[in-house]
Amino acid sequence: MCGIVGLYLKKPELEDQLGQLFSPMLIGMSERGPDSAGIALYGDPVADGRLKLTLQHPDMDYDWDGVKKALETQSGAAVSVDACDNHRTFDVQGDEETLSQWAEANLPGVTIMSLGQRIVILKEMGTPQEIVDRFDLTNVKGGHAVGHTRMATESAVTTAGSHPFSTGQDLCLVHNGSLSNHNRLREVIERRSSIRFQTENDTEVAAGYLTWKLREGMDLDSALEAALEDLDGFYTFAIGTADGFAALRDPIACKPAVLAETDDWVAMASEFRSLAHLPGVENAKVWEPEPAKIYTWGRAA
Amino acid sequence: METIDLRKDSVRTLNSTLHGLPADTNKTAWTVTNPDGTHNIAVGLDAEIDVTVKGHSGYYSAGMNQKATVRFEGNVGVGVAENMMSGEVWVTGDASQSAGATAHGGLLVIEGNAAARCGISMKGVDIVVKGSVGHMAAFMGQAGNLVVCGDAGEAFGDSLYEAGLFVRGSVQDLGADCIEKEMRDEHKEILANLLERAGCTHDVSEFRRYGSARKLYNFKVDNASASA
Repeated sequence: MCGIVGLYLKKPELEDQLGQLFSPMLIGMSERGPDSAGIALYGDPVADGRLKLTLQHPDMDYDWDGVKKALETQSGAAVSVDACDNHRTFDVQGDEETLSQWAEANLPGVTIMSLGQRIVILKEMGTPQEIVDRFDLTNVKGGHAVGHTRMATESAVTTAGSHPFSTGQDLCLVHNGSLSNHNRLREVIERRSSIRFQTENDTEVAAGYLTWKLREGMDLDSALEAALEDLDGFYTFAIGTADGFAALRDPIACKPAVLAETDDWVAMASEFRSLAHLPGVENAKVWEPEPAKIYTWGRAA
Repeated sequence: METIDLRKDSVRTLNSTLHGLPADTNKTAWTVTNPDGTHNIAVGLDAEIDVTVKGHSGYYSAGMNQKATVRFEGNVGVGVAENMMSGEVWVTGDASQSAGATAHGGLLVIEGNAAARCGISMKGVDIVVKGSVGHMAAFMGQAGNLVVCGDAGEAFGDSLYEAGLFVRGSVQDLGADCIEKEMRDEHKEILANLLERAGCTHDVSEFRRYGSARKLYNFKVDNASASA
């Protein structure tokens, strides 16, 4: 069991309230996932040619100043940094491949959470309430967010095994369910691409799968259509995109999902409990997404 | 009229209050406000009372119901009226999967759509869905009737025993051992009665009847090829 949530704000004037509206959604899924929680936040994009690189290190006294200086030396341009608990988001000049390879090679013990123009992924072990408090999520701003509360089944309770999983290009994946062919698929992806996996987690394989298909030139819809063929197991996915989010359930549809929409927002959750507090929900269109049907909002690819 | 607000009282308080009513209670009309998707609302009732829930409810809404009439004004989560024995459960919106699962008796009316596995392993309940049902409706249904005023999804009536199925719209495909059957007068009578009880004005002539080919459930090796 796990809980997944997504919120997309249709009106820019609501962006200041993102954290306030989204935090209770995450907390609403505490019973479905008390082990760890995480969110992908989509705020204003950085300037062209620059990226947001979000890193995490378990040591609260880790030398982030050293990382900033090293990034400035490596990129040859000024770097700014946002601190959030044991995560740091660097606004840095460079491209995705160069920056991720540099971070992997030069920052042992540091986990790359996300890399993109808008996306910031924050995740940690603990209950959803603890995560909301730790990252001060009620005060975050942005256009949309997806989140996950984890009850671990397939692999260990660790920060790295928590969701969301970044899939590159401002995309990320959260998952409720379990994949049965992830070992085999991990081998196939590692053999046929340069993608390398950090954990034994099944969802990381699904995220890697989408990254692989997108790098091969597919758009998100086609990649998800392909996933319906190639992923075996139970899943409801929420996929954060640069400009919105997408949702998909497996053809058997064992794992729950509820969608709700008003003129102001679109929201998705494993259960209605996480939507009950949203303003105007009493008059929202509320429905269960159909199996094997791809739903997208925003200007999703 | 008694009212319980689930933002003030817990679902356990609600249920234990309803369970504690004496058989001859005169408090027969109850309203539940702010369900907020909570699970297990009005489960295990066993008294002739009317309960109206105003808003969207969670899993197992009115599960194991006996005698009571429970009306959900909104959508319900997984397993509404699961294992109902008698009484009535009404849903004005949509129901998630496994609506009326394993229910032995009573009437379940869903005014919107029901998702996958509606009436799975039904054992005597009557279910009327005014909208459509998802895949594997009435899977392994043993007794009772399922009326679908809209369309039915994949594998309708898969591995059916003796439940009676009626569909007004299209059926995407039939499950193993489920076949279309002749609608005789006795079936028209059952259907007309259920439509009337559910407040539907459709004519029985608009429906087709489906049932078990009875080749699968008394297993004989000669019938091993009957799985399609």
